[in-house]
Amino acid sequence: MNNFTVSVDADGVATFLFDVPGRTMNTFTDSAVADIDAIIAKIRDDASIKGAILASGKANGFCAGADLGELGETAGGQAEGPAREAALPATSRMSRALRALETVGKPVAAAIEGIALGGGFEFTLAAHYRVASTKAKVGLPEVTIGLLPGAGGTQRVPRLAGVPAALDLMLTGAPVDAEKAKVIGIVDEVVEPGQALAAAKAWIMNGGEGVQPWDRKGYAMPDGPYSDAGSAGFILTPAKIMAKSYGNYPAQKNIARCVYEGFNLPMDSALRVEARLFLDTQQSPQARAMIRSLFLSKRALAKGGARPKDVPTYTIKKAAVLGAGMMGAGIAYAQARVGIDTVLIDVAQAGADKGKGYSETLVAKAVAKDAMSQAAADELVGRITATTDYDAIKGADLVVEAVFEDRALKADVTKRAEAQIGPDAVFASNTSTLPITGLSEAAERPANFIGIHFFSPVDRMELVEIIVGKATSQETLAKALDYCKQLKKVPIVVNDSRGFFTSRVFDTYIREGLEMLIEGIAPAIIDNVGRMTGMPRGPLELLDDVAIDLVDRVAGQRRIDLNLPAPVAGDTDKFLIDMVGQERWGRKNGKGVYDYPQGEPKRLWAGLAEMYPVKISQSSPELVEHLKQRLLYRQAVEAARCMDENVVTAARDADVGAILGWGFAPWTGGPISLIDSVGVAEFTAACEALAAQYGERFAPPALLKTMAEMGERFYPAPKPLAA
Amino acid sequence: MRQAYIYDAVRTPRGRGNAKGSLHEVTAISLATQVLQALRDRNALDTSLIDDVILGCVAPIGEQGANIARVAALNAGLAQTVAGVQMNRFCASGLEAVNTAAAKVVFGEADAAIGGGVESMSRVKMGSDGGAWSADPDVAFTTGFAPQGVGADAIATLAGFSRTDVDAFAAESQKRAAAAWAADRFKTSIVPVKHAGVTVLDHDEFIRPETTVETLSALKPSFAGLGAAGFDSVMRQRYPEIEAIDHVHHAGNSSGIVDGASGVLIGTREMGEKMGLKPRARIVGSASIGSEPTIMLTGPVAVTQKALARAGMSIGDIDLFELNEAFASVVMYFMQQLKVSHDRMNVNGGAIAMGHPLGATGGMILGALLDELERTDKATGLATLCVGAGMGTATIIERV
Repeated sequence: MNNFTVSVDADGVATFLFDVPGRTMNTFTDSAVADIDAIIAKIRDDASIKGAILASGKANGFCAGADLGELGETAGGQAEGPAREAALPATSRMSRALRALETVGKPVAAAIEGIALGGGFEFTLAAHYRVASTKAKVGLPEVTIGLLPGAGGTQRVPRLAGVPAALDLMLTGAPVDAEKAKVIGIVDEVVEPGQALAAAKAWIMNGGEGVQPWDRKGYAMPDGPYSDAGSAGFILTPAKIMAKSYGNYPAQKNIARCVYEGFNLPMDSALRVEARLFLDTQQSPQARAMIRSLFLSKRALAKGGARPKDVPTYTIKKAAVLGAGMMGAGIAYAQARVGIDTVLIDVAQAGADKGKGYSETLVAKAVAKDAMSQAAADELVGRITATTDYDAIKGADLVVEAVFEDRALKADVTKRAEAQIGPDAVFASNTSTLPITGLSEAAERPANFIGIHFFSPVDRMELVEIIVGKATSQETLAKALDYCKQLKKVPIVVNDSRGFFTSRVFDTYIREGLEMLIEGIAPAIIDNVGRMTGMPRGPLELLDDVAIDLVDRVAGQRRIDLNLPAPVAGDTDKFLIDMVGQERWGRKNGKGVYDYPQGEPKRLWAGLAEMYPVKISQSSPELVEHLKQRLLYRQAVEAARCMDENVVTAARDADVGAILGWGFAPWTGGPISLIDSVGVAEFTAACEALAAQYGERFAPPALLKTMAEMGERFYPAPKPLAA
Repeated sequence: MRQAYIYDAVRTPRGRGNAKGSLHEVTAISLATQVLQALRDRNALDTSLIDDVILGCVAPIGEQGANIARVAALNAGLAQTVAGVQMNRFCASGLEAVNTAAAKVVFGEADAAIGGGVESMSRVKMGSDGGAWSADPDVAFTTGFAPQGVGADAIATLAGFSRTDVDAFAAESQKRAAAAWAADRFKTSIVPVKHAGVTVLDHDEFIRPETTVETLSALKPSFAGLGAAGFDSVMRQRYPEIEAIDHVHHAGNSSGIVDGASGVLIGTREMGEKMGLKPRARIVGSASIGSEPTIMLTGPVAVTQKALARAGMSIGDIDLFELNEAFASVVMYFMQQLKVSHDRMNVNGGAIAMGHPLGATGGMILGALLDELERTDKATGLATLCVGAGMGTATIIERV
């Protein structure tokens, strides 16, 4: 055993401590899975052992789950036929080992302190008794990275918790605390922290039996799909999944299949059903894309993956925020939450106070929900100084300006703030639209000037887009990344360009929707198809949410900056102008592409059809596929252009930025992953065809053409499954 | 070429399909048995001349299970040589049974056969037979399953039928059914249901003649909840032109849940002569077709076009139509698409007023069509039904 230590006490209770060498957190690597066989052999063959306890040797938890590095390498290979069949014994190895563990013939208990997730929790499900401390969290989050629990989780949880609770646990992927786990039946006993081992031993000493409920004679699962009590739930499940996932996530469907097809089967058969569906899921492109972008790339970026290495770590103790509007207030809260002393400045004291009030509201809610103590809340709010006085900035390690998108105003606050801070301090602009290099010209120390683009609402959005201007130094970049790490945000790094990366590519989604509207496609089709692509909202409703006048203002500024002619009929800019002209600003004034009647769902504005008469009012599956392709490919080709133009230098920044920034269809793994999944050559050819039909906006950049010719890809190809 | 003729068509009255319904205390097999006995006794049949009994039944489990057609034939005392088979084409099972009987006659497998159906919805709950279609996630995803009420609402939304439109249609169905009963227009085919020698029901008890658009306007939509639970989204993913589904259907403009049975005697002309019977109509043709399954209920249009084309006829050649009133929008959509006016459609009301005893309905509407053609001395008629999982079945008849 390489990953477990074993000790047998005087009472004949063996304790197996999970302790992967050289790692701070346990994960199930192939090596750890192999150890399960040794654990079983020891329990079975050592006559002095009466029962066994599974526990962790790590201070921070039990086990985080499977090693996704290993699982991710072969994911998405789309193996079929003999290759898939040959791989099944290896990919179901842990499942079979855990079945052997639960039928070893002696009582096995699991003692859970801290987190037990995914494969880690499935390991404990093979025990006959689970004790969890009040600090424990258990769950099956596989679905969030395009997988399903493949080591018995889809079979044991429904048998312990019932189908509805099991589906809820597996389809949301959200971990539950020990108390909730006990209520739904997946944990047997909850104890104070540090007491789990003792309680597990007590269960064995008190005669705990080493037989699972499903291995007892006469066992039957209640409330099956064709029972009076169960049928409604089974019938609603596919609809609920379809309504949320639009059929884009094989993992969700296959979790439901595991529950349905495994229902009431003997456990050995049930596990075979699960094993095949696990492999089917793991071999889907979605699994590969989601493991990569939503786990591996995101984790690497959160650790500051692109940080210049030779700059010493920069710790921000004090930071100032200029402008106490929605963004400034949010940034102030994010800083105060992680212990940074924050100065929040506005032109009027009332404005500054209002910005601080945002933090007060958030902590009050947290206190009301018992998620925060009153003392912690007071301390957090106490770290924020709301003032109009720039002198208060003195000593700040970093300043973020979040004032209106007005060059003159930004230049003024930059000068005033710079006068107060030291030569090593960072000055950041939270602009989402104005090029950083231009803004930095107002600065005394342009090398210290950088873009740190937060997303709204700041307290919930994980992404931060770091924009490196022409003059920005590597040292400043490193400091900005350190700041993000302190804030527990996920930063991507981009080079200066109009709209940077996120705003630039996001804009293409809305614009493509507007192009469709102008062509005469019924707006309901456009927004429904937008949702069906996996985007969180349709492009037209999203325009309303962003605000039409805002998008119009940015477009107007762009026309001025680039000296472009006035828009004419048929231009998307003209649509914006015409809407603003009719005071249709979007959700914010209740009048946009949609009307927002009080207390009722929004409905499409009838006047839209007068501006752009509907020519295509009926959809067909072919039309839907074509429109889906346009909406996704338009964004992907723009993302590829950003790489071609060196605005984004790494595919992972583009992919993680797109998913976390504007909710780009997560099943794709991001726009660049999408290109890889489609195949660079195929994607490039499709874009050329779209360009011929709809215009240059779809024209593939040189980068794609070259890669297509050379047969290159952005990410490594899946490794073949081992037989 | 051999031809199939209709010699007789009978049905039970329809009882409310719940514990308060008059037929709730009568078993399903008894309903089927009484229909078969009525066909025998009304026509003084030598039942050894009948080759087969084909009965539709949509929930063939429990007391309706184990091939209710053969068991009913035995129970009715028909000759031992009369075979029996139960079939399930969902709501068109009864008509499919007639079409299959006719096909056997034309093919030469049978010289005479009975088609029809039975359903005691009060005793065997609709949907209680289960099925992978809706509950198996793999199948539900592949087929885009949505409950048919959501499909009916989607048809109304797409076709532009308002709540008032569908309620007006429903009120008219009630008015027509009440008028038909008042004029005793169903007397030819009604077989009162008896129990132990006592008549328990001799009329359709589901009708509410007092119904108006105003009274219907108080009813709550039946399918908004299922829609909100996810099926509206499933429907919009298949029909993205729908911004929001207008849930216009409710208990008052959808077919009623009732109990009943039907039987239609089919045979060759020669066999009719041998039995001493005069043919009432010739079966000109029949068809079934699959249609888009998520919206599910548009099949009657496609199958009518198919049946007409196969018979070398056009819509103008049909004097009267019977389309099962599963939901108001189904019939309204048919009339809109095929330009059939309401005065040629369901002239004596339909299932909204009298109820839809699933497996039995096809035989009932075919009989009603024939009775009305005779009463008004018209020549041709077409009966059709929308069918679960996206299908349609139709039969064209012509008086002889």
